[in-house]
Amino acid sequence: MTESTIKPPKKNLGPVKWMRTHLFSSWYNSLLTLVVGYLLLTSVGPLVSWVFLDATFEGSGPGDCLGEGACWLFVSQRLNFFIYGFYPDELQWRVDIMFGLLALAFVPQFIEGFPARKWLGIFGMSGLPIIGYVLIPGGILGLEEVESSKWGGLMLTLILAYIGILASLPIGILLAIGRRSDMPIIRGLCVVFIEVWRAVPLITVLFMASVMLPLFLPEGVSFEKLVRALIGITLWQSAYMAEVIRGGLQAIPRGQYEAANALGLGYWRKMGLVILPQALKLVIPGIVNTFISLFKDTTLVLIIGLFDILGAVQSTIADPAWQNVAIEGYVFVAFCFWVFCFGISRYSQNLERKLDTGHKT
Amino acid sequence: MMQHSESVETQAENKPGIIRVESMHKWYGDFHVLKDLNLAVDQGERIVICGPSGSGKSTFIRCINRLEEHQQGKIIVDDVELTDDVRHIDSVRREVGMVFQHFNLFPHLTVLENCCLSPIWVRKLPRREAEAAAMEYLERVKIPDQAAKYPGQLSGGQQQRVAIARALCMKPKIMLFDEPTSALDPEMIKEVLDVMIELAGSGMTMICVTHEMGFAKTVADRVIFMDEGEIVEEAPPTEFFSNPREPRTQKFLQQILQH
Ligand SMILES: Nc1ncnc2c1ncn2[C@@H]1O[C@H](COP(=O)(O)OP(=O)(O)OP(=O)(O)O)[C@@H](O)[C@H]1O
Ligand SMILES: [Mg+2]
Repeated sequence: MTESTIKPPKKNLGPVKWMRTHLFSSWYNSLLTLVVGYLLLTSVGPLVSWVFLDATFEGSGPGDCLGEGACWLFVSQRLNFFIYGFYPDELQWRVDIMFGLLALAFVPQFIEGFPARKWLGIFGMSGLPIIGYVLIPGGILGLEEVESSKWGGLMLTLILAYIGILASLPIGILLAIGRRSDMPIIRGLCVVFIEVWRAVPLITVLFMASVMLPLFLPEGVSFEKLVRALIGITLWQSAYMAEVIRGGLQAIPRGQYEAANALGLGYWRKMGLVILPQALKLVIPGIVNTFISLFKDTTLVLIIGLFDILGAVQSTIADPAWQNVAIEGYVFVAFCFWVFCFGISRYSQNLERKLDTGHKT
Repeated sequence: MMQHSESVETQAENKPGIIRVESMHKWYGDFHVLKDLNLAVDQGERIVICGPSGSGKSTFIRCINRLEEHQQGKIIVDDVELTDDVRHIDSVRREVGMVFQHFNLFPHLTVLENCCLSPIWVRKLPRREAEAAAMEYLERVKIPDQAAKYPGQLSGGQQQRVAIARALCMKPKIMLFDEPTSALDPEMIKEVLDVMIELAGSGMTMICVTHEMGFAKTVADRVIFMDEGEIVEEAPPTEFFSNPREPRTQKFLQQILQH
């Protein structure tokens, strides 16, 4: 056998040939290519000049935004408010530390072979929330207290989403297991919980949490509005999570349960060591989908008077000092959401690849 | 075969009646699957169960480690009676290993992790000790070099040998096999049977549902024939194959020995 018989045939087409096979293979493909090309040329040009070429990036106030393009000055001037809300300037370092830790925990997850990245990820899910719980509200360890009514902007969005995600996963797992339990009372309770919470729109949940809940609580007991919103979001989200995870549990073949039983693993070890790792792996896309929609749904806290990033931007747009900056504001918000949601999505794809252990038996 | 006769001799001082099944019945809903089964197995004995499809062979041996529940009669394994009591069930399952037709390895764990899971979490062995023991068993089933692979990367015969090693890692007193070779291609059947023959030679108490009549002739102390949920005939292999008493057994043997 010669070398050449082993090598696979080359599939490297020249640019002209590539275009012929991919863009102009038939008359309707050619037409489509031309139409799409025309639309791209006419739309991308103006977009680029609006975003970059004609845009205003520097200046000292609203008066400097004279050009035809976007007024990014608006975003940069109010950035502090968009990120921290009303969090006092001199204490913002506490929030910055949290941003830094967040990046430290999760950015390495995208870098193949980063040292100790598994531990950093675990820190992100255990140590990080604890540090945040101390640092952001303050009031202990000599830290000056910052009431939650002053929190806002991106920081608030991240807090809501992060705690919602972190708390709803374990609750969702328990609910899903409970719903498949042999014990009728436990199963019944889980079914009722899931079906009730899932049937209610998040807006209603938030509204109930902020307006109705205080009416039902006994005299003297009260939570801050943020805590009530968080509890509402978490419970609502865990009902969804439970159904996603139940889908994974149902996909695990009976033989896996039987093998675990035959090895004498007992119920909780069987679930924790054999069934759940496989079930969760199967439904990573579903879980991440739920995370991403939660991340965006946190904007609904606007209606109970919490200023997340969207709320912060929206209230600034209404400021008469700035004229016609609505588009810039919303583009900025959309960009922020896209960055985080895309990050979550990429992270989950990494995870899926890493956990892939070949076809199922 | 040397090993075989040796262990027959040592069997005499072994404990009689390590498995005792007494007038056991089981129903699926209204369907009477198992009817008045009686069986006593001594330690070190090797039993082969055969019979037509749907006769209740799988259901029977799955009752012995309580993967299925029986409704009437008694099953006593190593002096522990199987009842609803979870502690009894757990202690029986620690002593009884099981090998399934479809292997049922855990696909998210490597071969070594599959083998160590139960020793670490149930027997509470330190990881290092469990791994060393697991490697010994993997050597015994002749695949130590596959320890770091995932089950999905192995052939059927290799997977079944891992499954046998995994069960052995719990150091069970009894091994149950439910048609361990019937999901395998012919060329892989032998490698699994060899492992089982070696195991039989070591004096393990075995109950094996199989249609491998060659295996039954080589290692079984008794062959049990089941049909329609009943034990129809029970005899040493030589007698069972050369001189079956019951017409149903004769018909079954005719069918199975044709191919
Ligand atoms: N979970 C179940 N519910 C109801 N009926 C069942 C169930 N499992 C098995 N059966 C029935 O019980 C009978 C015995 O089944 P079993 O699997 O024990 O047969 P088998 O002898 O192992 O057959 P095979 O050689 O095909 O494996 C069959 O008629 C089967 O249809
Ligand atoms: Mg069967």
